[in-house]
Amino acid sequence: MNGRLRLLIALLAAVLGAALLWVFLPLLATRPESALAKAALAARPLTGVGNPVTAVLLDYRAYDTLLELAVLLAALLGIWSLGPPTPAYQRAGAALRAMIAWVVPLLVLAGGYLLWAGGQVPGGAFQGGALLGAAGVVLRLGGDPHAGLPAEPWQRLLASLGVGAFVIVGLVLLGLGRDFLDYPSAWAKWLILVIESAATLAIGATLAAAYVGGRPPGGTR
Amino acid sequence: MTLLLFDLVLIATLLTLAVAALNSAEPRRAVMLFIAFGLWLALIWARLRAPDVALAEAAIGAGLGGALMLAAARRAARRREDDEAQR
Repeated sequence: MNGRLRLLIALLAAVLGAALLWVFLPLLATRPESALAKAALAARPLTGVGNPVTAVLLDYRAYDTLLELAVLLAALLGIWSLGPPTPAYQRAGAALRAMIAWVVPLLVLAGGYLLWAGGQVPGGAFQGGALLGAAGVVLRLGGDPHAGLPAEPWQRLLASLGVGAFVIVGLVLLGLGRDFLDYPSAWAKWLILVIESAATLAIGATLAAAYVGGRPPGGTR
Repeated sequence: MTLLLFDLVLIATLLTLAVAALNSAEPRRAVMLFIAFGLWLALIWARLRAPDVALAEAAIGAGLGGALMLAAARRAARRREDDEAQR
């Protein structure tokens, strides 16, 4: 029975793979996206950023990025609802502590660089935020039970900063009579930078808090 | 020709890592293979000239995702030990 079930699953997976190939190959042959790509590249000066990936993520499809940040926030709320975190790791030895004292500032610096560079070259909020989160992971591995994060109220503020900045910018633009997240091109670069900075902090705090793996102690019940 | 060979090696290694990660019974081992898979996938994204995706895959997919899954495996192992101690 078990062998037959395995065979059935393998067969179904093969059929699914064949179906996906059958859909994908004609698309590959026709390349319908070239017209869209040309239009997107032509309109890039209006967005104020040089990196086309950032232009897509923060301007053309800002909605997607807003919802991605909301997914991260929801994931953190789910982790916090699981109860208290696991016990902290034991305090690191002298050699590891000395390395952490070097690595954490470097990670923060590199995160800030990726955020700033994301406007022109590959980089951006998610990569920079991941480096900030990695700094938190390194701190927790070295024995800091809070992974370098502040007290719980501040953690809540940091974690919701990304979604918050996005929604506030969108609502202000709505109030000024534009569409939601339709930046005026004179301000586009700075609005994108504000949103990305907030998103970087939020992503870093969320990932570090997720690694702690539970609601921070000392919160009200 | 050399590049084609290079690409074939990249793809074959990626598939091998994926199958090995799926087939390993021990969670820790599976996570380590998954981290190797993520780093290899970042190489492939770089080869496809998508440096943004490669950066995100290496930092989030392999690095932080791996760290989170290792922590989850540690937690699951501890819970299993507690259960066995109670029996």
